Amino acid sequence: MSTVLDGLYYSESHEWLKVEGEFGYIGITDYAQHQLGSVVYVDLPEVDDEVSQGEEFGAVESVKAASDLLSPISGTVVEINEALEDKPELLNEDAFNNWICKVKINDTAELDNLMDAEDYKAICE
Amino acid sequence: MEDILKTCLHQKHLDLGAKMMPFGGFDMPIEYTSIIEEHNAVRHAAGIFDVSHMGEILITGPDSERYINYIFTNDIRGAEPGKIFYGMLLYPEGGTVDDLLVYKMGDERFFLVVNASNIAKDYQWIVEHSTGYDLKIENLSDYYGEVAVQGPKAEACIEELLHLDVKDLLFYTCKEIECDGETIIVSRTGYTGEDGFELYGSHAFINRVWDVLVGSKQVLPCGLGCRDTLRFEVGLPLYGHELEKDITPIEAGLGMFVKLDKGDFIGKEAIAQQKAEGVKRKIVGIELADKAIPRSGYEVYANGQMIGRVTTGYNSISTGKSVCMALIDSAHAALGTEVEIHIRKKFFKGTIVKKRFYEKNYKK
Repeated sequence: MSTVLDGLYYSESHEWLKVEGEFGYIGITDYAQHQLGSVVYVDLPEVDDEVSQGEEFGAVESVKAASDLLSPISGTVVEINEALEDKPELLNEDAFNNWICKVKINDTAELDNLMDAEDYKAICE
Repeated sequence: MEDILKTCLHQKHLDLGAKMMPFGGFDMPIEYTSIIEEHNAVRHAAGIFDVSHMGEILITGPDSERYINYIFTNDIRGAEPGKIFYGMLLYPEGGTVDDLLVYKMGDERFFLVVNASNIAKDYQWIVEHSTGYDLKIENLSDYYGEVAVQGPKAEACIEELLHLDVKDLLFYTCKEIECDGETIIVSRTGYTGEDGFELYGSHAFINRVWDVLVGSKQVLPCGLGCRDTLRFEVGLPLYGHELEKDITPIEAGLGMFVKLDKGDFIGKEAIAQQKAEGVKRKIVGIELADKAIPRSGYEVYANGQMIGRVTTGYNSISTGKSVCMALIDSAHAALGTEVEIHIRKKFFKGTIVKKRFYEKNYKK
């Protein structure tokens, strides 16, 4: 059974969003890392990239396949988790503690399009 | 849609909790625990693969050698029984029907091992062209189960755990062994670049082999996922990727398995012409500077022009480098040539290298 943390927002494509003020941290869920298997490469966005809700902003790759990352929210990338460049397996070790990028959120109204932990748990079953 | 086929070990895979996927018409295990762990077990210890999806076709009779020499690219004439040959069946235009192994079991008895996805096509091809030859062709794919036991410890495990005498078997040779009331076939062959063996027998025998080796904990169950990463690293082709209906063995860099000096065979004229004139495209190796992963189908560019596509690519588990095989315009195929690979939105720099990304470790 995959872990789902309370207090985060979730997308149907298995990204999580943690909101802190006007910023949000984006990562992939424990369910997603489990489905992917061993992560060997993370195609990170770049700082200042504009991302849009539901649109591709990077990719996570296992040995066998590449999986697009879809942004749970629209905004501007202000920071990326460079640790993932050398240690992509951190996503397997702890998907919730290893965020992929931090964005400045454009419009918090978009949060209404995301799921809470309870709803997300239901789609992981 | 036809029903998906199951090998004689299917239930074992489910019991082990393997991730299953369709391959060549069969529901096959892709990985059990971790593709990386399974890959490394074969490189450094021993692993066992269910390869019962592979097809087995037996050709017997007075004309069998002469006939196989006519449909197969390698030269099997006058070989000792026990010898195994790798080669292809070709279309008259030079493209590949399939790549396969031919086991010479006896002077008038040959055992062909073909790709799962091509069993029906190959069998039909072989039957169709055999008119006028005195021989018998049998598709024994439903009878035989097959496992591959691969890795530097494979020999010791087979000797000690299965009590089969295989240590004197040379690379690319086979023998028949009486075992538990049946005749099984064992060969020193594989598809991983490591020393290893392939065993063919009844479903009951193959299940026993699996239980003994896996039960010993000395041989790790390995899925088709790492079978692909292992064969890829040592530059071995996979039908449907590096070989195809419209890809010749010369384009694939496998000319050494096509013998033009052995008399007539299907596809000979086309291959001779291609050898004389040179190929317009060929399979090369490409190493990327970045860790981004070139996947099958991605486009390869040189000087802004698309020159071909990736056929297989990975971040190599054994070396950590992102590498691929690609079918590209021969004008850009020289070692050291700079190319670019289009991965999602970006272009990544790569260099043409030998398509052997990891050295083979055969026991010859």
